[in-house]
Amino acid sequence: MRVDWEIAKRGWRRYAAYPWATVAGVFTNTIFGFIQAYILLAVYRHRDVVGGYDPADSVTYVWLVQALLMTVQVFGWQELAVRVREGSIATDLSRPIDPQRYWLAYDLGRAPYHFLFRGVAPFVLGALLFRLHYPTTLAAFLFVVSLVLAVVVSLGFRFLYNLPSFWLLDIRGVVLLVVSVSLFFSGAIVPLAYFPAWLKTVADALPFAAILQTPVDVWLGKAHGWQIGLQLVWAVVLFALGRIVLARATRKLVVQGG
Amino acid sequence: MGEAVVLWRRLVGAQIRSQFQYRFSFGLTIVAQFAISFLDYLAIVVIFHNVPRLAEWSVQEVSFLYALSCITFGITDLLIGHFDLVPQLVRNGNFDILLVRPRGTLFQIVASDFQLRRLGKAAQGAIVLVYALASLHVRWTPWRVVVLAASIPSGILIFSAVWVLFGCIVFWTTDSGEFTNAFTYGGNFLTEYPIDILSAWLRRFLAYLVPLAFVCYFPALYIFGKPDPLGLPRFLEFMSPVVAVAACAVAGLGWRGAVRHYRSAGG
Repeated sequence: MRVDWEIAKRGWRRYAAYPWATVAGVFTNTIFGFIQAYILLAVYRHRDVVGGYDPADSVTYVWLVQALLMTVQVFGWQELAVRVREGSIATDLSRPIDPQRYWLAYDLGRAPYHFLFRGVAPFVLGALLFRLHYPTTLAAFLFVVSLVLAVVVSLGFRFLYNLPSFWLLDIRGVVLLVVSVSLFFSGAIVPLAYFPAWLKTVADALPFAAILQTPVDVWLGKAHGWQIGLQLVWAVVLFALGRIVLARATRKLVVQGG
Repeated sequence: MGEAVVLWRRLVGAQIRSQFQYRFSFGLTIVAQFAISFLDYLAIVVIFHNVPRLAEWSVQEVSFLYALSCITFGITDLLIGHFDLVPQLVRNGNFDILLVRPRGTLFQIVASDFQLRRLGKAAQGAIVLVYALASLHVRWTPWRVVVLAASIPSGILIFSAVWVLFGCIVFWTTDSGEFTNAFTYGGNFLTEYPIDILSAWLRRFLAYLVPLAFVCYFPALYIFGKPDPLGLPRFLEFMSPVVAVAACAVAGLGWRGAVRHYRSAGG
């Protein structure tokens, strides 16, 4: 436990070291938030409710998404792949700590930093300029639980799509493809509630809603209890898959150079 | 100038050949690029599944805006998207290398990292453009053809100017370049939709001051023969090429000022 805590602190510090990057990121999230908010508000010129979302729900969705994008890292993460390519993975594998546990601890240190410094500011700016939907105390508590699970599911998924680096020298294509698909089905671009039925069925069969749409819906009071359970299931499934693939990968690992 | 073009072709040609060396990876990145833009378009389809019109705009009209934005932004990304590498050069001091070489800094960056895969986005935009034009029943006149033909180079120049000008900020902040993303990738996102849905202050800032409205919105109004929902003067619909040239002039001056401000990190 002590070692996990120390690793988590490193995760926090790694990102806290670049304050200007944080300011710039907040600015960019805010600009995107404004554009997306006005697009969705234009939808309501012809209807009052879309997929169970009223205008305040939709705008709240927009600012929550902008606030959480970095926390749940939907934009792609290749730190593990980089270590494989550079050969540093050999050192990692000889350490007396399991790589999945190491990265989970690191990520649970990183996520609170991004939540506080990348998330709170754009949301507050959005809240000052738009009428938003605020959660009840219970929903706020469940939101935190759901968000932690979202980070875990996200890491399980990120760990998995970094593993092809053991077989391929350049995994940019793989990452680009899985990130774009997961981004869309996580609900980062349009709320899943807007999806036509057939597309919603596809989204429901995939783990990506658990990374972003579920915590947002918990905040809005539109999620069912089982959806948080489903996040837990996806976390277990993705971590188990990660273990199986990692075991196969390390068996064939050839470190280049060194 | 002619010599610069020859040199650019040699440098870029070498990079294209090297990208073909990793065929599987290259193929996959092209498919990925195509898929990303396709999913962006799917977002528009999803929105129109819920409403017949977005403000005063039909799905075909928004598809046209989207297509023009994708084509111009995709080609800009292909030509100068590697401007995103400048923050790294400034931070680690490697910008020094560009200063001592006997070519302009702007030219060296433009010729430095040509990624053919970025064509995927423009290709997807072209497909949507064909769909939009086929379903819009545009009453073609010679002037409408001219405005459409001029809108593509104008859009590329405007996006390029935005990329360079806002890329200059990094010489002062030495950040990761995310400020620039708000205007480049944000500009791509903004121009995919009609600007009359934005609030007035955001429109003044991002559509007129940063002249993104001239990429798709004004040319589209003229081509559709659509009355401007904002009631702006009609001559603006012809102004994209003029605005594009002016924006490039401002960006060129901005870049010169920024390079003069550069202090090496001493790497």
